[in-house]
Amino acid sequence: MKRKRYYIVRLAQSLITLWLILTLNFFLFRLLPGDPIRLLFSDPRIPLETLEGLRTQFGLDGTLWQQYGFYLLNTLKGELGTSFVYNTPVSKLLAERLVNTVILLFPATVLSILLGCVFGIVAAVRYGRASDFIALSLSQLLWATPAFWLGLLFMMFAGGLLPLSGMVTAGLSAPSLWERALDLGRHLLMPMITLTLVMLGQYAIVMRNSLLDVLTENYMLTAKAKGLNGLRRLFSHALPNAVLPVITLAAINLGLLIGGAIQTETVFTWPGVGRLVFEALLQRDYPVLQGAFLVISVCALLANLAADLLYSAVDPRVRA
Amino acid sequence: MKWFTSIFNVVKALNIKGLTGLILLTLLLLIAVFAPLLAPYDPRAMGEPEDILQPPGRDHFLGTDEVGRDVFSLILYGARISLLVGFAAAFLSIIIGTVIGLTAGYFGGWVDDLLMRLTDLFVVIPRLPLVLITVAVLGPSLLNTIVVIGILIWAGTARIIRVQTLSLKERQFVERARSLGARHLHIVRRHILPNVLPLVFANTVLIIATAIYLESTVSFLGLGDPTHISWGMILHYAFTNAAMVYGAYWYVLPPGVMIVLAVLSFTISGYALDEVLNPKLRRRI
Repeated sequence: MKRKRYYIVRLAQSLITLWLILTLNFFLFRLLPGDPIRLLFSDPRIPLETLEGLRTQFGLDGTLWQQYGFYLLNTLKGELGTSFVYNTPVSKLLAERLVNTVILLFPATVLSILLGCVFGIVAAVRYGRASDFIALSLSQLLWATPAFWLGLLFMMFAGGLLPLSGMVTAGLSAPSLWERALDLGRHLLMPMITLTLVMLGQYAIVMRNSLLDVLTENYMLTAKAKGLNGLRRLFSHALPNAVLPVITLAAINLGLLIGGAIQTETVFTWPGVGRLVFEALLQRDYPVLQGAFLVISVCALLANLAADLLYSAVDPRVRA
Repeated sequence: MKWFTSIFNVVKALNIKGLTGLILLTLLLLIAVFAPLLAPYDPRAMGEPEDILQPPGRDHFLGTDEVGRDVFSLILYGARISLLVGFAAAFLSIIIGTVIGLTAGYFGGWVDDLLMRLTDLFVVIPRLPLVLITVAVLGPSLLNTIVVIGILIWAGTARIIRVQTLSLKERQFVERARSLGARHLHIVRRHILPNVLPLVFANTVLIIATAIYLESTVSFLGLGDPTHISWGMILHYAFTNAAMVYGAYWYVLPPGVMIVLAVLSFTISGYALDEVLNPKLRRRI
């Protein structure tokens, strides 16, 4: 009963946040100086009648509140406007790029979680010793390192060994599926390693601190008194409890990832959502920015909700 | 004198890491303040054609960039803008976060609900895209970067302050003040604020690290103020002129090292201060 209520409250809160995101997204782009239509179609050769037509089409002939209603309605229908650089619907553009972003993010996320956990476990088990100090310092160092700079370093020092930009080699003559996959893999390697490294530190620190908390619990002492050996205590008693914060962090990070990929995708010209946002920023392609921002925020919102629900399902203390 | 001894006591209680962070941080501040005295060249002075992209040598300690400017001087002056944005944005965000956290925690009820939903919004939305898009909409300038970063990163602070205020307002000394007829503003100012300030202080140091990181990213992606030099800006020029392809390590390495050092020193001294000032929240970092 209590659980059901918690779910409903969290869901309602998320819906309110969703509405706030939409509202912010609408008014943020109204901060732009000037007439939105003039901004969108700054070409002076466009006749006035066409502009007026567009004004009606985009619902810009009404008051601000009518425009706001129009925006909410359109967004809920999945209409995100048209990019004025590519002249294609923003939703189509985003969907295409999202696939490429996932190809990059998925392996990087999995790798960084695995490596981060190993780092964290080693540090916690050897708490206070040299290996703890090294693992922790390295994690903090990686956490403080901007992804774009690490990318530049890789480009400088690994240049020539691996392709450093784009997703595919142009002009491969009649490649087989295997050759294409190999080519994609070679392009993927550098940006993936960059992302993995910058994300790894955070997981390591959270894993270490969480495991240290668990190791001082009474049930760990009980397990020791029962005569279980160290590894058994670690894997069957400590880790299942310590891994919870890592799971939450992973869920929350999943939502932040698309936005976080902006740096890496920009440096390595990876044609994902991040690179799309970067190009739209430079060309002031506002419809794309508005659409991308919505998608990025909603992903983060869903990930947050999922993290909370997951946590409460596993750890009943949260619902109290 | 009292201030001096209490500062001294805090410094004495820091661990090795925290102390290292504090020393690094002081060095960075000194560099920023004395940049004009330390820099061997005017950072804006462009060189002759033969000065372009020169590796480190006798004339230029860290070589030159694509228009012949001295990289070492650029780095020293860059410290000013990077730290200025970090401090100013953190200051702004701390004020917003503290006011919202105090108000929500102290008054509770619908005020709390309203402010917490607003806080949720800023916790949930990914910071970097929001900062980038807002700066792009408002137009790149130093002031816009500071204001946008400051307005967008207060949510964490507000949550921390709210929780602390919630527990403080139930304490006896607050109830006593209230039963003696003290006004809300008086209670908040004299009884609650002094008790959340240590928390605010350690948090500020951590927020500065976030702000410096965000500024460097905004500038790197080409949305920085083109009339000012920051470390992110130097890397932006290095990237757009493909310095890494030419292997110009003297151009690409130093600005990044400075960003990492700044973020790292503020982070580790922030955590160390937190541990000393708020011993109940020990984080073992």
